[in-house]
Amino acid sequence: MRYIRPSSLEDAVGLLANASGKAAILAGGSDLLVRMKGGFIEPDVIIDIKAIDALGRIIENDDGFVIGAAVPCAVLGENTALRNAWPGVVEGARLIGSKQVQGRCTIVGNLCNASPAADSVPALVAAGARALVRGPAGSRTIAVETIPVGPGKTSLAPGEIIEAILLDKRQRHSGDAYQRFTPRTEMDIAVVSAAVNLTLNDQGVVEKARVALGAAAPTVLLVEEAADILVGSRVDDGALERLAEACSAACRPIDDKRGTVEFRKKVAGVLAKRVALTAYQRAGQK
Amino acid sequence: MAGIAVSTTINGDQAEFLCHPDETLLEVLRERLGLMGVKEGCGTGDCGACSIILDDRLVCSCLVLGAEAEGRRIATVEGMAQGDKLHPLQQKFLEHAALQCGICTPGFLIAAKDLLAKNPDPTEEEIRFGLAGNLCRCTGYDKIVRAVQDAASVMRGA
Amino acid sequence: MTFDPSHAARSFSSVGTRPIRPDGVDKVTGRARYGADFNMPGQLIGRILRSPHAHAVIRKIDTSKAEQLPGVKAVVTAADLPDLTNGDTSMYDILDNCMARRKALYDGHAVAAVAAIDAHTARQALKLIDVEYELLPHVTDVDQAFAADAPLINDTIITKGVDPKPDRASNVSMRSQFGHGDVDAGMAKADFVVERTFRTEQTHQGYIEPHACVANVSSDGTADLWVCTQGHFVYRQHCAQLLGLEASKLRVTSSEIGGGFGGKTHVWAEPVALALSRKAGRPVKLVMTRDEVFRATGPTSATSIDVKIGALKDGTIIAADATLRYSCGPYAGSWAEVGAMTAFACYKLENVRTVGYEVLVNRPKTAAYRAPSAPMAAFAVESAIDELAKKVGMDAVDFRIKNAAQEGTKASYGPVYGPIGIGPTLEAVKNHPHMKAPLGKNQGRGMACGFWFNFGGQTCTDLNIGMDGTVSLAVGTVDVGGSRASLSLVAAEELGIDYAQVRAVIADTSSLGYNDMTDGSRGTFSSSMATISAARNAIKILRARAAQMWDIPVEDVTWERGHAVAKGETHGNLPNLSLKEIAAASGTTGGPIAGHSEIVADGAGVSFATHICDIEVDPETGATKVLRYTVVQDAGKAVHPTYVEGQYQGGAAQGIGWALNEEYIYGKDGRLQNAGFLDYRIPVCSDLPMIDTQILEIPNPNHPYGVRGVGETSIVPPLAAVANAVSNAVGVRMEHIPMSPPRILAALEA
Ligand SMILES: Cc1cc2nc3c(=O)[nH]c(=O)nc-3n(C[C@H](O)[C@H](O)[C@H](O)COP(=O)(O)OP(=O)(O)OC[C@H]3O[C@@H](n4cnc5c(N)ncnc54)[C@H](O)[C@@H]3O)c2cc1C
Ligand code: FES
Ligand code: FES
Repeated sequence: MRYIRPSSLEDAVGLLANASGKAAILAGGSDLLVRMKGGFIEPDVIIDIKAIDALGRIIENDDGFVIGAAVPCAVLGENTALRNAWPGVVEGARLIGSKQVQGRCTIVGNLCNASPAADSVPALVAAGARALVRGPAGSRTIAVETIPVGPGKTSLAPGEIIEAILLDKRQRHSGDAYQRFTPRTEMDIAVVSAAVNLTLNDQGVVEKARVALGAAAPTVLLVEEAADILVGSRVDDGALERLAEACSAACRPIDDKRGTVEFRKKVAGVLAKRVALTAYQRAGQK
Repeated sequence: MAGIAVSTTINGDQAEFLCHPDETLLEVLRERLGLMGVKEGCGTGDCGACSIILDDRLVCSCLVLGAEAEGRRIATVEGMAQGDKLHPLQQKFLEHAALQCGICTPGFLIAAKDLLAKNPDPTEEEIRFGLAGNLCRCTGYDKIVRAVQDAASVMRGA
Repeated sequence: MTFDPSHAARSFSSVGTRPIRPDGVDKVTGRARYGADFNMPGQLIGRILRSPHAHAVIRKIDTSKAEQLPGVKAVVTAADLPDLTNGDTSMYDILDNCMARRKALYDGHAVAAVAAIDAHTARQALKLIDVEYELLPHVTDVDQAFAADAPLINDTIITKGVDPKPDRASNVSMRSQFGHGDVDAGMAKADFVVERTFRTEQTHQGYIEPHACVANVSSDGTADLWVCTQGHFVYRQHCAQLLGLEASKLRVTSSEIGGGFGGKTHVWAEPVALALSRKAGRPVKLVMTRDEVFRATGPTSATSIDVKIGALKDGTIIAADATLRYSCGPYAGSWAEVGAMTAFACYKLENVRTVGYEVLVNRPKTAAYRAPSAPMAAFAVESAIDELAKKVGMDAVDFRIKNAAQEGTKASYGPVYGPIGIGPTLEAVKNHPHMKAPLGKNQGRGMACGFWFNFGGQTCTDLNIGMDGTVSLAVGTVDVGGSRASLSLVAAEELGIDYAQVRAVIADTSSLGYNDMTDGSRGTFSSSMATISAARNAIKILRARAAQMWDIPVEDVTWERGHAVAKGETHGNLPNLSLKEIAAASGTTGGPIAGHSEIVADGAGVSFATHICDIEVDPETGATKVLRYTVVQDAGKAVHPTYVEGQYQGGAAQGIGWALNEEYIYGKDGRLQNAGFLDYRIPVCSDLPMIDTQILEIPNPNHPYGVRGVGETSIVPPLAAVANAVSNAVGVRMEHIPMSPPRILAALEA
């Protein structure tokens, strides 16, 4: 086994492409090291991307935000501009693990670990976030929801690295929110979760909506029929009830150690209502 | 497996060590450098007993590779007291009996130190959420929270 | 020893104060050495290979490839731990549990072990061991294992305690029964009856420090073991017997212990470490991973309990009946028996019957967990009592006060109580401001009582007085949470000196006589008794030395506040001699001064507690939030009140975790699915409120200071107190612990 810390993305891609044996990218390590400890993977090369300067920054430009792949979630929480623009995304990222884990974990690691319960992913999906991917064949930009394809599996080609997550510039009257259900207040994995992202018109009517559910199916679910219910509404009680029903119906969960099918379906709807209201309030304030 | 040479700063002192690429910083601190105050309760990031401060960030040393310590600054419980003068948190943990078995104590002290550095006057709720990454099975947390509150007020006064 | 009958009125100068503990500075500076913090020169690292199957015959183990791996110094299997138990079935079970012999009996059961030059090599070596298993049907659920058609775990188990003796093997190893009166006749007279079946899931003590030891066996038959344990003398006995060592040649040193709560009263990996060391001829360090701790040490029983209680219109409980099924892992146990004894211990009952069944399952061997077996029985009984109070139309506290046991009550498990604290804790709860605080929407309040026996047991203590007049106290009961501070206080009290002049240490097994485990809440109770008697023996010598220094008869010397005092008119002019002065002269008055004590500390004094819990339930998700929690418990006499409070708070927190979220979850494949702290959810700091405590002191007449054990009772009431709070909040009786959100939501929608 080798440990390498390249200082440029080109080197990292080159190392990854030319590695003999299994190569693993190390960001915060909060998934990778746990899996290594458990004996689930034994990489031949560990490529630590944290010495690549460009990956360690959050940049705000005319198009929105570029969040480097090595930025720990704690830093996301400390970025006021990002928090104001995308409170739901930051909310999701900040729920991962503990203070200790926050100092290390990244949203890209969260995404690439491809757990259906990943906390930052539903909000990213609802936000319409895109990933900037660098590989041997060059760069491409893809929608975040296309990356996880099943528990522990991604659509990334061998040798590809996610360089950054891109978030659009925030339109007026927009707001997003994320909530998860966990039995404990902290240090827990989502039993089920929901994210809503809304843009309102000047009259306070929802113009655009995206609704995503976590831990409700093998990958994060983008529930279009739920979004359609919100569009044209003022997120009134009737719309919320129909939203909850649509979300519960869209779930395809399993029974496991963290929860039951019935519980997940019911609570997915409950959380969707709650986050829709929060997103609506946030949107109304801007 | 070849050893990696790492040079780092621990509690203000230069330290050099060789480690395997898959060795965690926790293993290095305990087994190679003899810093046994850093405890292992789980090895998977769940209990906080191995908490250290790495370049001003609170982390679990079991979730950091030893090799990653190159050029970084590490603070452990061993560096909290100044000579024979205990840090106010250490003193208050003793006075409030915030430890029973004490295995969680080094992690709590480090996490509380980080918390108070960022928020010198936390509410009870902020303390509870700030320390949620550290498990204690003996105390029910009551006396730990009180010790941190008391230490915070001493440190604000000092 | 003779007891001081006036303890109730006695005033104390050290006991009851709250000094800083002697081991404190080391623990806040990282210097204290726990199980894994010790190394020996030339040591190897040991690792254990564990069965992934819940139930399987071990057909063959091929260790040859592992043995050939460079760096591997020893590989052991059951063949290296031959059966030396001589028909002692409980020792045989311990042996089989340490290293599976014929069959793997649960997911995590040890089947082989290696010692290698480093952890990496040891891990690689485990992968090279080939084990051929023949899978057998398994059963992990207590009710399914109880059923007649369940897969049989051990075909030699014939239920004990049944007449006539069954002619077929089953998974029920024992039936036990307690009670008095005529339950059926009593029940027939009842105006109100509550009858329900309750379930509790298996939980783990969840100590933060994994098991760890360093073993060193020499070719001359001597051996050393450094280990985190609640009872190093018992570990010595077990290890010596299993390894065929002479007990006196095995020195066991207990490290600082990072929590035990009953789980470190039992050997798990230590005999294996010794076997590895013996085979390798080098010291071996063996530290469990967290995953191993959950899979392969001793959690508590899962239970299923039927309760039926009848009351008259005036609120008198006329009959009480319970049948308790407790899982005990794949070996015979006596957990249901204890549950059956404690179930109704809080009440004064004319007609009572409890029947316990020990049920074998393919799960790890059950071990003690703080007041073992009592919390589950209390959950069932106290839930039913709450419901019955409602039916009778009485307040939950008043109903319990009316039926509470008193001095002179014949306990449901046999003995007649002396002075006890159940009534006073209930009165204190009735008058507690917590009971009167208003509740909001979706909030509920519950209360419940709990009982624990407490144990005394064999205890040996040495008190040595240094030439400078300071005192070192060597005790053999492991300090699990501040007992060195309490025992130093007791020694200071008895000798009449300052707490700062006493230093208590835990002696190793070669330096002190035998001591039982620190369990049964006995640490401070029994060692304080032994300390008092050792101090009194030392005082006898101090008086004699003073008499010699003064040249007067020893009868004329008394001991007062740390000084020898000459009494009688003829000696009136002799100035008092301090302990320090007498000690300084000891070299010329007969040598070192010490007091020893070897006792069986009888009369531990039963203990009672009543808890109050406020909880809020989110009716849409089943989420719960503990808003307020109060513990009222009788301590007899609180030697160090801060540590008594700590025991109350810690037990309550563990009970709250058990009540709400902690449970072992097994898959259909018989494998444990949540062997880690992320999915085995013990409460985190933000899950709990402050935990209020009220210490009552109803002196134990059998202890010179009135002390009772305090460590365990605090985990008994919470399951029921929380369940009663949730039931009151949602209006549905909760029957299944833990009350995880999916269970609460399902109960609401049923
Ligand atoms: C104690 C604890 C608590 C946790 N709690 C939560 C929780 O509450 N919610 C939650 O969602 N998760 C939780 N997790 C899981 C984990 O922390 C998160 O998934 C985290 O976001 C992973 O980020 P990382 O940077 O640490 O990933 P790493 O471990 O560094 O990487 C994860 C995976 O992504 C790959 N990868 C990383 N970066 C890239 C890249 N740039 N391009 C391509 N592939 C890449 C890695 O090779 C690896 O396979 C927890 C983990 C622990 C240990
Ligand atoms: S040992 Fe690192 S978090 Fe538990
Ligand atoms: S004091 Fe024992 S775990 Fe905290």
